[in-house]
Amino acid sequence: MTTAVRVRGLTKRYGDVQAVGGIDLDIRAGEVFAILGPNGAGKSTTVEILEGYRTRDTGEVSVLGIDPDKPTREWRSRLGIVLQTADDVAEATVRETVRHFAGYYPDAKDPDEVIEQVGLTDKAGKRIRQLSGGQRRRVDVALGVIGNPELLFLDEPTTGFDPEARRQFWELIGGLAHNGTTIVLTTHYLDEAEALADRVAVVAGGLIVAEGEPKTLGGRATAKAKVSWFDEGERRSLETDTPTRTVLELTRRFDGEVPELTVTRPSLEDVYLQLIEAPA
Amino acid sequence: MGDQPHPASPIPPIQRRPTPRGDRPVSETVTRTPAPPLRTRQPSATQLGLSRAAIETRMFFREKDAVIFTFSFPIVLLVIFGSIFAGDLEGTGLTVSQLYVASLIGSAAMTGFQNLGINIAGDRDDGTLKRLRGTPLPPGSYFVGKALNTLFISFLQVVILLAIGVTMFGLELPSEAGRWVTFAWVFVLGVLGSSLLGIAVSSLPRSAKSASAVISMPFVVLQFISGVFIPISELPSWLVNIASVFPLKWMCQGFRSVFLGDAGATLEIAKSYELDRVALVLGAWVIGGLVLCLMTFRWKSRRDG
Repeated sequence: MTTAVRVRGLTKRYGDVQAVGGIDLDIRAGEVFAILGPNGAGKSTTVEILEGYRTRDTGEVSVLGIDPDKPTREWRSRLGIVLQTADDVAEATVRETVRHFAGYYPDAKDPDEVIEQVGLTDKAGKRIRQLSGGQRRRVDVALGVIGNPELLFLDEPTTGFDPEARRQFWELIGGLAHNGTTIVLTTHYLDEAEALADRVAVVAGGLIVAEGEPKTLGGRATAKAKVSWFDEGERRSLETDTPTRTVLELTRRFDGEVPELTVTRPSLEDVYLQLIEAPA
Repeated sequence: MGDQPHPASPIPPIQRRPTPRGDRPVSETVTRTPAPPLRTRQPSATQLGLSRAAIETRMFFREKDAVIFTFSFPIVLLVIFGSIFAGDLEGTGLTVSQLYVASLIGSAAMTGFQNLGINIAGDRDDGTLKRLRGTPLPPGSYFVGKALNTLFISFLQVVILLAIGVTMFGLELPSEAGRWVTFAWVFVLGVLGSSLLGIAVSSLPRSAKSASAVISMPFVVLQFISGVFIPISELPSWLVNIASVFPLKWMCQGFRSVFLGDAGATLEIAKSYELDRVALVLGAWVIGGLVLCLMTFRWKSRRDG
């Protein structure tokens, strides 16, 4: 398995603010990697350094084997970038725009197929100005993938989406991942990371505070479970590695129904909130 | 958190929410990485420049309000000035309106300054530049597209001004080939120089919103001091000296030589059209403008740092 992105000791400072304070990352080719973190945590700065939009202060960065500080046309043609916000090409139609951008790449996909893939076939003749926010975002994705990229960056792609649009968008991204595109995604939404990502990194205060699969992040899978019940007029609880056994013992003790029994493990959100509060 | 199941509820059957990942294999050793495609032949930069020019021009003509005002502005000025000052010019056999046609053509050739200054500030603000910089489009192709788009729009403006000049104000089109050669080089150097200047000043406004105020003001001032609205011979010499630094005065002078001919040369301050100096100053602006652009051009908006 080859490495798509390799980062060692990355730092970036804006004036007095240390935006990125020494980040290491390895993103494997073909995986969906999510970078989570609150606003101002340094995730956009990190991603923009990987995309070649910003220069770094120190550290080593290799993206598809190239240093993004020395971008080449050939390297750019292997990347796809979906930016956070854009209101450009408003007067061109969807089809004109996708076709025009296809001309930039040596190995572009078929524009009509890409328009179909992002679900805009019936809007292909419409001017981009006339599209809804979600449809506009689909155009952004179409322009991100038209060059048949090996690596696709998605910066907070579903911000402002309604739940249905978000679910459709996930299907779209899932389909791309299935075809082997490496995807680097930044997001605020934990459910989005959980649904899409093979691995996630949580960034806070310019550092990676946790990294792993969503289901095991921050020791989530192995964390003690909390078993809680009602007994002798008060709420009791027990943190345990073996909640099933505890429940079984309680069942015997109460000879049947355990009053107000709950068993909980930390949700991704619990883990995340703990992680991002720690360094502050 | 906060989603504790009700104690009395039955254990639900094991159910996994279908994820968008679908049937994607979960293991790490999957074979879903295809062989990297061959990226041998990059599209030609010239072709991409033409392609940029085509889409820019198409988008320009779709913004109907901008189109109407861009083209009607010099026409309205010509009709107003040409109608107000209908007299003759001190024994040259020329009319004041002919003088205005020539000068307004100079002004039309400089609209690239204003259009590009505002337009690129907009591209910087609305994400066009950022998006393009993330693609393999060579930066030069973007500028070629802007330059061709500007040449085309300026050319249309000039054609319209000439048509009105001929039909309404008795302008005579020159018959000698030499004067048309002069027209061609003054036009091309003038449009290029002022476009490069426009690209350079597009980095000045803080945002697209302030761009039209920031960029229109110097353009209007330049038109007043360069002999577009007021004959250059009536301006105080210190104003003429300032105007002489910028290309517009020389463009107007060049166009007067084309459309007024030898009879009008006596109206010039130097009693001659000084075409060698016109070429020199406009050429210097093309080179200087290019250097200025390379030194000052910002791909990012201020918001992007």
